[in-house]
Amino acid sequence: MSQKLGAPSVTDPAKLPRSGPRATIARGGLPAFQLFLDAYREDVWRFLVSSVGPEDAKDCFQETFIAALRAYPRLRADSNLKAWVLTIAHRKALDVHRRRATGALPVAEIAEASDGEGSSPTEARDETLWGAVHELPARQRSAILLRYVADLPHRDIATAIGCSEEAARRSLHEGLNKLRKVIA
Amino acid sequence: MSKKIEQLLRQGAPHVQATGDEAVAAARRVSERAAAEGLADISYAPVDSPFGTLHAATTKRGLVRIAFPEESVESVLEALAQSLSPRIVQAPASLDLLKRELEEYFAGRRHEFGIPLDWSLTGPFGRRVLEMTAAIPYGGHLSYAEVAAEAGSPRGARAAGNALGSNPIPIVIPCHRVLRSGGVLGGYGGGPDRKRWLLELEGALQGSR
Repeated sequence: MSQKLGAPSVTDPAKLPRSGPRATIARGGLPAFQLFLDAYREDVWRFLVSSVGPEDAKDCFQETFIAALRAYPRLRADSNLKAWVLTIAHRKALDVHRRRATGALPVAEIAEASDGEGSSPTEARDETLWGAVHELPARQRSAILLRYVADLPHRDIATAIGCSEEAARRSLHEGLNKLRKVIA
Repeated sequence: MSKKIEQLLRQGAPHVQATGDEAVAAARRVSERAAAEGLADISYAPVDSPFGTLHAATTKRGLVRIAFPEESVESVLEALAQSLSPRIVQAPASLDLLKRELEEYFAGRRHEFGIPLDWSLTGPFGRRVLEMTAAIPYGGHLSYAEVAAEAGSPRGARAAGNALGSNPIPIVIPCHRVLRSGGVLGGYGGGPDRKRWLLELEGALQGSR
């Protein structure tokens, strides 16, 4: 499966894994888009804020769901909707990271909290952890966020980032190892 | 320690923890934009009425559905998704005109609705029956047999009754103005009490019972 990461196109719905019972909203056909949006807005928002920060998350969120709306009628009724929308969100986030890397975007508002002074040990630990998450290579970062923030199973993480399940597990593992070194 | 990191990650970045309603607000902007830019095929919204909260849905062509309070929104949306399009969003602004007209109607100040209608949930025969029904003036009424005859139906009053019973746009298409012969109230999708209430609002019940 050769998927171009960050390509503007939306995942071909036909290639998506079928959904488990949890992902099914309506019996029969696709649920009304509004119900789909209501069901996954929280997951997508948390994923995007954790990946690109609160400001860029707003634009990414709009782009993600507008792209989903355009492609929506072409989805099969038994598609895994959560994996699908997080795939789109992952790509929108990658675009932001790529633009930042090329200097087209400022490097975000990650360390916006007061710089250490007066912040509690918990805040300091959070800052260290999330700073380290943002330092991770793109695939490891996405794997970590999709797994823990968006609560996707490994199979769906693989679909979202366009690799094998084995490779997704490896990215996750390597990412976690790096974070462990930072948070002793 | 690894368990600990996983727990921290699950909570999301600090900003995620600090904000409750931002996802809701962001989702609302998606719906509003989808309706405003014509990316959605159907917009719906709750609409206040003396009967409680109705739900109304409109396509780009016009009003396509009004649901009474006891109909579950989920099943109404599911039916619309399957028969018309799943590109459905909640976008109150798309129904502002209907809201105003209904408000005036329920206050007794409006006798005709001006909003465009979308007939796509109704078959050819049903449409003829409902168009006849829509032509019954405020304060008036016809019998099922009369509507059937005017719709050119060889199938008679029963078929007309069925078509009226599945009126997707009650109130605005005034199926409450169709009575059984002899002025007997007859059935109503929203219940006979509401039929009587609407006819009384319109001053149509004097002398008939």
